[in-house]
Amino acid sequence: MKRTVSLLVGGLFCSAISTAAIADDGRELVIDGQTIATTAPVPDDHPLDEIISGWRFRSAETQALQMDDFENPAFVAIEYAEELWETPAGASNQSCADCHGDADSFTGLRAKLPRWNEEMGKPATLEMLINASIETHQGAKPWKWESAEMLAMTALIGLQSRGMAVAMETDGPMTDWIKKGEELYYTRIGQLDIACANCHEDNYGNMIRADHLSQGQVNGFPVYRLKWGSLGSIHRRFKGCMDQVRAEPYKRGSDEFIALEAYVVSRGMGLSVETPSVRN
Amino acid sequence: MKAIAKTIAAATLLISGSAVAGVVAPGNVQFVEATVPVSLTGMAGDPAKGRKWFTNRKLGNCLACHANDDLSEEQFHGEIGPYLQGVGDTYSEGELRAIVINSKEVFGEMTIMPAFYKTEGLNRVARKFAGKTILSAEQVEDIVAYLATLKE
Ligand code: HEC
Ligand code: HEC
Ligand code: HEC
Repeated sequence: MKRTVSLLVGGLFCSAISTAAIADDGRELVIDGQTIATTAPVPDDHPLDEIISGWRFRSAETQALQMDDFENPAFVAIEYAEELWETPAGASNQSCADCHGDADSFTGLRAKLPRWNEEMGKPATLEMLINASIETHQGAKPWKWESAEMLAMTALIGLQSRGMAVAMETDGPMTDWIKKGEELYYTRIGQLDIACANCHEDNYGNMIRADHLSQGQVNGFPVYRLKWGSLGSIHRRFKGCMDQVRAEPYKRGSDEFIALEAYVVSRGMGLSVETPSVRN
Repeated sequence: MKAIAKTIAAATLLISGSAVAGVVAPGNVQFVEATVPVSLTGMAGDPAKGRKWFTNRKLGNCLACHANDDLSEEQFHGEIGPYLQGVGDTYSEGELRAIVINSKEVFGEMTIMPAFYKTEGLNRVARKFAGKTILSAEQVEDIVAYLATLKE
């Protein structure tokens, strides 16, 4: 890089830009008196030198929305999920509550996903586990991946693990899936010919136009995005990033996105579950 | 009469045919030691248009990655690539053209900067963009002409 010097001495206008870039000022995420770790210790053979939650890269205003459950717009969906939780449906005519008791019976589940599922013959994401239960136990029609019901329920179940360290199982049959996800992560794609790693590993901390690039971690999903005006799933975000580089995105729930999810989770082990987080 | 009409039709074909042949296709671009010395259109680009393509999110979107003082009216400038003030001094026109067409020929395979005039060797390009370049030959020339104006 020949011109790094002029980048540094870019004058007033440029220093305005770089102030925005150091929004990561080490602020602490405290919700309802509970401090939630937004960094994690880095294991030896990890591709990153530091592991940092996406929350740390957002502006102070966006960060604040996530620090107060009354301000957090995702909590409208959480209330909706609490209604769904109590609503009987399907052939069993039973509600989630009838069989599972309180939602907090799922404490810890979010932190372990995706998790190998023998019957499915693949790693199960939270969406897949919920739908499997709706179909086989409740006897009702499964929800669409990106439906208001699924987003709300994944947010409610995820919330039960908020503050717990992400601790997905990585051995056994998971190994191959994680490896497949890793391949996808480092493969350049699309008309712009850019891989996930080019942005989220080589350039996190830098501004890409108006966006402060994070490590692309998934510990806060589903996230409420102000731009979407709603919650969105991990796979929706993956699709959005593929669209940005003009690549043909994989489908939500596809084996490719399941593998990619497992791999991205493996890059953020030890971060706290932050569901439901808020993004711009 | 008929014969004349035919001759005119043939002449028109020839003219439009040669206009297309005058544009270097993405697969035919000749790199000479990390430069592309010859204009892709055979003509000089328009720097005023180039300045527009530079910020346009659907075209160059150069500003996504590069800061540029000359565009201080634009609010957000990227930090992925170097600051571009003075590239008109640092690089020759042929070098600038090579950088815009396919920067991998200049910076190496590892660069994140997209190739703006290339269709081959890409992976999973969205159907809508398959076989297309990000910029047209004319737009490449406009941007090259614009970059040449960025002097310290
Ligand atoms: C008729 C009873 C019944 C109903 C109704 C029901 N479930 Fe289940 N669900 C089960 C059983 C049984 C299992 C498998 C045993 C277990 O893991 O608890 C299960 C498993 C699950 C799992 C996977 C847990 C794990 O650790 O693998 C999730 C998530 C789940 N259910 C969510 C829901 C949700 C959300 C609803 C409401 C939309 C619901 N279930 C409705 C009986 C039910
Ligand atoms: C051209 C750069 C670019 C590429 C390539 C890219 N992303 Fe992103 N991604 C972004 C931007 C910009 C954002 C929003 C700001 C941020 O969190 O980084 C984002 C956000 C994300 C987020 C949300 C993070 C959070 O905390 O909310 C995830 C997850 C993500 N990307 C995963 C991926 C994956 C997986 C790939 C590869 C398929 C990918 N990205 C490719 C630019 C990119
Ligand atoms: C995805 C980010 C990205 C985009 C978009 C991008 N560039 Fe670059 N560009 C870079 C990077 C990074 C470098 C530095 C070369 C390297 O080390 O990879 C660079 C280098 C350059 C250089 C050489 C600068 C110097 O001082 O050596 C020029 C000129 C340039 N780009 C012009 C453009 C133009 C014109 C566009 C739009 C048509 C553009 N770039 C779009 C990332 C980008």
